[in-house]
Amino acid sequence: MTIQEVHQGRLRTPFYSRLAALDTVNTWHEWKGYTSTDELYCAETEYFAIRNATAVFDLTPMTKYRIAGSDALPYIDRLVTRDMTKVRPGRVAYAVWCDDQGQVIDDGTIFHLRDGEYRLCSQERHFAWLNAAAIGFDVTITEETAEVAALAVQGPTSFSILSRMGLAGLAELKPFDLMHVDFEGVELMVSRTGFTGDLGYELWIAPEKAETLWDKLFAAGEVTGIRAIGTHALEVARIEAGYIAVYEEFLPADETVRTGRTRSPLELGLNWLVDFKKANFNGRRALAEEMRRGSTWRLVRLDIAGNKAAHHSYVYANEKGNKTEIGFITSAVWSPVCKQNIALGTVKMPHGKVGDNVWVEIYYQREMHWSRVMAKATVVGEPFWFPSRRGATPPGPY
Amino acid sequence: MTDSYDIIVVGAGHNGLVCSALLAKAGKKVLVLEANDQVGGAAVTREFADGYSVSACAHLLYQLQPGVCKDLGLKPKLATSNMQTIALSEDGRHVRYSGASVAGVSDSDTRSYQAFHKRMARYADLLNTYLNKAPPRLGTTDFRDLSTLARLGFDIRRLGKEEMREFLRLIGMNIHDELDERFESPLLKGALSLDAVLGTHLGPRSPNTIMTYLYRLAGDHGRLAVPKGGMGSVSDGLASVARAAGVTIRTGMPVARIIVENGRVGGVETTAGERFESLTVVSNADPKRTILDLVGARHVETGFTRRIDHIRMRGNAAKLHLALTGLPRIDGLSKKDFAERLVIAPDEHYVERAFNPAKYGECSPEPVVELTFPSFRDESLAPTGQHVMSAVLQYAPYQLAGGWNDDARNAFLDSAIAVIARYMPDIESRIVASELLTPADIEREFHITGGHWHHGELSLDQFLFVRPVCGSAQYRMPLDGLYLCGAGTHPGGGVSGAAGRNAARTILRRERAA
Repeated sequence: MTIQEVHQGRLRTPFYSRLAALDTVNTWHEWKGYTSTDELYCAETEYFAIRNATAVFDLTPMTKYRIAGSDALPYIDRLVTRDMTKVRPGRVAYAVWCDDQGQVIDDGTIFHLRDGEYRLCSQERHFAWLNAAAIGFDVTITEETAEVAALAVQGPTSFSILSRMGLAGLAELKPFDLMHVDFEGVELMVSRTGFTGDLGYELWIAPEKAETLWDKLFAAGEVTGIRAIGTHALEVARIEAGYIAVYEEFLPADETVRTGRTRSPLELGLNWLVDFKKANFNGRRALAEEMRRGSTWRLVRLDIAGNKAAHHSYVYANEKGNKTEIGFITSAVWSPVCKQNIALGTVKMPHGKVGDNVWVEIYYQREMHWSRVMAKATVVGEPFWFPSRRGATPPGPY
Repeated sequence: MTDSYDIIVVGAGHNGLVCSALLAKAGKKVLVLEANDQVGGAAVTREFADGYSVSACAHLLYQLQPGVCKDLGLKPKLATSNMQTIALSEDGRHVRYSGASVAGVSDSDTRSYQAFHKRMARYADLLNTYLNKAPPRLGTTDFRDLSTLARLGFDIRRLGKEEMREFLRLIGMNIHDELDERFESPLLKGALSLDAVLGTHLGPRSPNTIMTYLYRLAGDHGRLAVPKGGMGSVSDGLASVARAAGVTIRTGMPVARIIVENGRVGGVETTAGERFESLTVVSNADPKRTILDLVGARHVETGFTRRIDHIRMRGNAAKLHLALTGLPRIDGLSKKDFAERLVIAPDEHYVERAFNPAKYGECSPEPVVELTFPSFRDESLAPTGQHVMSAVLQYAPYQLAGGWNDDARNAFLDSAIAVIARYMPDIESRIVASELLTPADIEREFHITGGHWHHGELSLDQFLFVRPVCGSAQYRMPLDGLYLCGAGTHPGGGVSGAAGRNAARTILRRERAA
């Protein structure tokens, strides 16, 4: 018997050599077995690349599954809460999937690559659940995280840069479209997707061509302010876009022990993703019951007074008097582009309707001493950052 | 052609018949569709050789619930009742036991056996109360569930401090340790071990074999009987009651699928393409077959599908039927002893050793045997002067390494005959014909996944609140209009009718509430 060598320590993505060459601060963290950069020079500078030029983020560690087989569509349609029959080949769908109790296991994007062939991308690993969901279906599920190198190319100038690279058909690519183009003899998949709430694309390619793709991309982007970024900058953009993140706004239901700590899609503001017209999907019975009985929690986007980020703060219904605690902040940041103190939080129903005022108890430290403010906050309905170029096709040149 | 019924029952096993009869008595228009040409499922009498008939699968009646008989006015005719168990010894010094009495063992074993039986019978009575109720849900606010739970706790506590502690100690334990502490006689230990593991994929050293032993005792303290005309007569009796109550029973109509429309049950479709409409379908088939084959995983949810898929139900018992020119010679037995139940399990280690290869997909080279000569008191089963033997052989794993081909069958048959011949030297010369039903055959002929009589291993993790799976133990499946009523549900297998009766009551109660 031969014992196969197992890689020890963190894996490096196919873009590691390029990231390491640009890196000046040497701060890395682990992301699903890969080493991933927090920041390369300065998170603020990197953030402004996202909003004012183009940022490139290595998302290779994102978990990817290939789902194929004659039952691929009915399989995925039962897996997730939204109607997947409407997602044609060449389209991408944001989706959540639930357990039988209607609690969110994870969210992710599903790429309908070709007729009957899908790629599911998510933050967490789900091989066991996906295989359990495959009982009784003719599908094959292949984990392909390491087989696909992926880059997010995000920001106002991203369209110009990728056009300069000569990607044919880019102008016609609508949000949540994907296309396959030839890149030096291998297939490059381009999707108009992202995690920044702005104009942006994601590039998917075989690892062998990863470095070439990087080099061409950076050569094309030089005059338009292209920059590689780490997760710190991306996190700010994510909150501005109002996107939820696993382990922040919700916990994977299959890894959560305590009752009441999970969230349903209805409690995460994802009602639009739950299609009760479908006869069956995982969690349908429980979610229909939740619709009837009412949800326990509500996700809120908060515009908070002042400039102190409300990390992990309690949320109260009133400032004084009946100081009922109604929830807490899950993500918070000062938004440079909006000039707002913003946060995502979770509050008990019926609190947190759009337009409601709530109070956020913010603790902050100045030279060792702690202080506290009660900051007034307003529940807002729209994402904090939603530029019109995000939806424009063709996107304008910047 | 479509026909409309209030309720359709898939499968005319004894539980399906009990359930349909009770539903019809409550005024429902009920249709029962049975795949085979005769009713009864695994409780049937079949001719296996010209002129020789036998109970094809279940062959001893010991759990038929008095409540079922009372509700349906059923009185099975018995050829033999109150049977003794005779644990055969090669030297003719057999051990006999029946109820609380035992013979052929030392005085100390006799006393131990009486105490053992008294205690076990008491626990079995406790268990028996709950066999005739839908198991309560945990973590609920439903009054009926809460009161049943409270009652269960109270009943256990009422055993008294000592006995409660003993009950809780024993319920998860293996039978071997308990027998080894109490008894000297290897033969007695062997036979009681066999009682505990019969029909399961468990050896006497496997956990919770005391529970399976209690389950066996729960019916009527383990009193055994053989129905006149074989087990099929019980099913025929049930079918007559059902028909008299207005149930339509159609045989030779295998259901291909349970129709699901708009997220709820809409009827069934047979393999011949005939459709029958009904908003309520009760499946007597095992949970795996019902959910994975008849309904289809796509109509239910993933967590539930996974639990159903994980039900352990790989049969490990084969059935052997022999047509004999006459009764074989057995040393130390009188003629009338042929009416009793004979077992071959010379000691408890023998049983465990027989189980060992089964863990690795191999048959026991020296199987454990439970056998009866049903024709001894029932002349209808064999030509005059001739006899049939009905035997359960363990262990013969469903998933035999290399599969159940002719060589494997012949090899297992030979080893079984060789073991039997140690006690009945002239058996081979008396065999006119034989039939061996392996778990694979049982699966095919009786449509039971894995050929497991109990429609799912009897073990603590598949018992009571979690049978067939947790969250769905109250006969109602998480698909509107679908119910289970077979042995895969609480309480489990054996010709008891409890599952069918509990299911019928659940369905009727639910209809009243709606």
